[in-house]
Amino acid sequence: MTETTGRMGNIPVLASALLFTTIGLILAIAGTDGGMRLHGLIFGLASAAALFVIASRPAERTEKPSGYFDGPIRVATIACVFWGIVGFLVGDVLAWQLAFPALNLDLPWTNFGRLRPVHTSAVIFAFGGNALIATSLYVVQRTCRARLPGRWAPWFVVWGYQLFIVIAASGYVLGITQGKEYAEPEWYADLWLTIVWVVYLLVFLGTLRKREEPHIYVANWFYLAFIVTIAMLHIVNNLSLPVSWLGSESYPLFPGVQGAMTQWWYGHNAVGFLLTAGFLGIMYYFIPKRAERPIYSYRLSIVHFWSLIFLYIWAGPHHLHYTALPEWAQTLGMTFSIMLWMPSWGGMINGLMTLSGAWDRLRTDAVIRLLVVSVAFYGMSTFEGPLMSIKAVNSLSHYTDWTIGHVHSGALGWVGMISFGAVYCMVPWLWKREGLYSMRLVEWHFWLAMIGIVLYISSMWVAGITQGLMWRAYDHLGFLKYSFIETVEALHWPYVIRATGGVLFLLGGLIMAYNVWRTIRGDQPVDVKDQPKVAAAPELRPGVVAAPAE
Amino acid sequence: MNHAVFEKNSLILLIGALIVVSIGGIVEIAPLFMLQSTIEKVEGMRPYSPLELAGRDIYVREGCYNCHSQMIRSLRDEIERYGHYSLAAESMYDHPFQWGSKRNGPDLARVGGKYSDAWHVEHMRDPRAVVPASIMPGYPFLEKTPLNYDNIGARMKTLQEIGVPYTDEMVTNAKADLSAQISPDTDSAKALVQRYPKAQVRRFDGQVGDNVQPTELDAVVAYLQMLGTLVDFTKFDASGQNLR
Repeated sequence: MTETTGRMGNIPVLASALLFTTIGLILAIAGTDGGMRLHGLIFGLASAAALFVIASRPAERTEKPSGYFDGPIRVATIACVFWGIVGFLVGDVLAWQLAFPALNLDLPWTNFGRLRPVHTSAVIFAFGGNALIATSLYVVQRTCRARLPGRWAPWFVVWGYQLFIVIAASGYVLGITQGKEYAEPEWYADLWLTIVWVVYLLVFLGTLRKREEPHIYVANWFYLAFIVTIAMLHIVNNLSLPVSWLGSESYPLFPGVQGAMTQWWYGHNAVGFLLTAGFLGIMYYFIPKRAERPIYSYRLSIVHFWSLIFLYIWAGPHHLHYTALPEWAQTLGMTFSIMLWMPSWGGMINGLMTLSGAWDRLRTDAVIRLLVVSVAFYGMSTFEGPLMSIKAVNSLSHYTDWTIGHVHSGALGWVGMISFGAVYCMVPWLWKREGLYSMRLVEWHFWLAMIGIVLYISSMWVAGITQGLMWRAYDHLGFLKYSFIETVEALHWPYVIRATGGVLFLLGGLIMAYNVWRTIRGDQPVDVKDQPKVAAAPELRPGVVAAPAE
Repeated sequence: MNHAVFEKNSLILLIGALIVVSIGGIVEIAPLFMLQSTIEKVEGMRPYSPLELAGRDIYVREGCYNCHSQMIRSLRDEIERYGHYSLAAESMYDHPFQWGSKRNGPDLARVGGKYSDAWHVEHMRDPRAVVPASIMPGYPFLEKTPLNYDNIGARMKTLQEIGVPYTDEMVTNAKADLSAQISPDTDSAKALVQRYPKAQVRRFDGQVGDNVQPTELDAVVAYLQMLGTLVDFTKFDASGQNLR
């Protein structure tokens, strides 16, 4: 990746945009089903817009080639907040649907089955993915003291990714799905994401190669492992054969038991590498940066990194205990899942102990509290996970809401909270503000989210364990004690409590959106005196020299 | 070895990480394609008939797997509630597998034959009409939507190319076989059952009259009514190579 300048450098970029526009328009006209024609149209229009933007800026640059390349990061940060709200909202609608099924409206596009992938993709890939793209491109530049390579490539990564999200989510609502959890997008959306992801890898790697620091900082190890592993998982799990190159339908390559193993190898490592390794990258940069303390242990970072990425990939079969997956694979999955507890807690300790000497910040800085509490939730859910992977425990927990509660203690507690913390750090830094618009609103966000999470996970423990025990209960004559529907009726109140917790979490997200919007708009912070110096953009900190986190 | 080697060279770090993350997947996935014991030896498994396949595609489209598993675990209570534990052989032609991960509703691996067609029709129209405490969404639109099966042959051809043992004859006759499955007592229905043993032939959605066209509900009910009915468990030998 070289810095392309001038009219000549634009030609390959223009040619690609023209090619994508053409493909989109062909699909819009010749597509064999309505979904494909709509997606062709969306794709063609987006590519045409890109073509127009690129062609209208042939020679001059939108930003000076020196300094950091932050425009795409700003877009990804806003996208993260936006998709977060969408994802939380749809999730809460689903929660209420389970408590009050009339809310499904019995229409194809509002039923639980089509909306649930919208929720999971919106929070994992849209909210989480944009948080990772924004922070990784931010962190890699600062810790390498190098600018992102290329003039258009970082823009392509960010906007191409948003296009993927729009195509995937609109497809689900229309019934376009592969039918594999967390891998629902159809073949053409998968191909597009592959292109975007390869460019993302090249942009990240290109920055590392241009770096002026001799060492690659630990956060970047985690980001790099996340990017390359997600590429591997995505490509292998989505191998499929389209029914027609002009239609939206396809059939996955692997059937039955092999398909199941591949899917959960993918599914668990979407957790392991997107929701864990990537966010550990956030932890390793933003906690030391915000606390103004070095990472607790360099040696622990090394052990943490290699053991985590080696062990995680084996854990998939714990989703398939007592199923038709061969016993040896189940045993391997369980064994490695239990071992995974150690590197997970090693990482947690490394994050938490970074606060050594700065524990008072937990009281005074709600942003660092978000970051640190997220690591505590990480510790909690990475203890619960190995516990649930033990076959005897899994026989009770599997297929129940205990799994849902477990996922959300990780997703809301760890991924959500650390992303909020990172967004609150980055927004004033990226938009060159003296601080956040309001620290008091961050306090509100923190406590609303906390209470929401507690309601969520405690009600799901109750729901899951109740239902699991009811399924296996026998009466004194040796017959199953409960019909299935009786075990569903028992869950009504836990479902109401969970959905209420979701409302609080969503409210917190809306407060964040408001706070971010006021900060970006440049409104004078209402409580700048209550914010630590580090809340301000580096160039606005009196007497503080911006230094990398090492 | 000095860790600086990785920290100072991005490509070595990249390749190192890629090797480390590849091992687990290779060890766990590759043998499943090679070990004979992975899939049990059973009698009775066949590819889905065209109508069943169309129903399965709708099952996938509507995201039924989000709430229903098709995988009975080898646990006493599950076997008593749902029937014989699921075999790998029973989903060997499933692209994608639909084992599921959450039971907001019951397992469906052996739902075939447990309820009447009329029950399914009523249940899809309004689940709470037959199960008052049900939290399932209603699917009243299925019975009103004519089944689109223009490309059913192409779909079967695609599955054939990725390993499902559809014969060329099956692919050629796909459309005729599909409508034959709702046309009892016809020659074409006899030909269908020859090609797809145990295929059930009737008007699943309860429509009456001559010359009716298949609806999406026909396809879904035909699929549900065949689930778990292919393997004859009175003849299944759970010992030897099939021992779990």
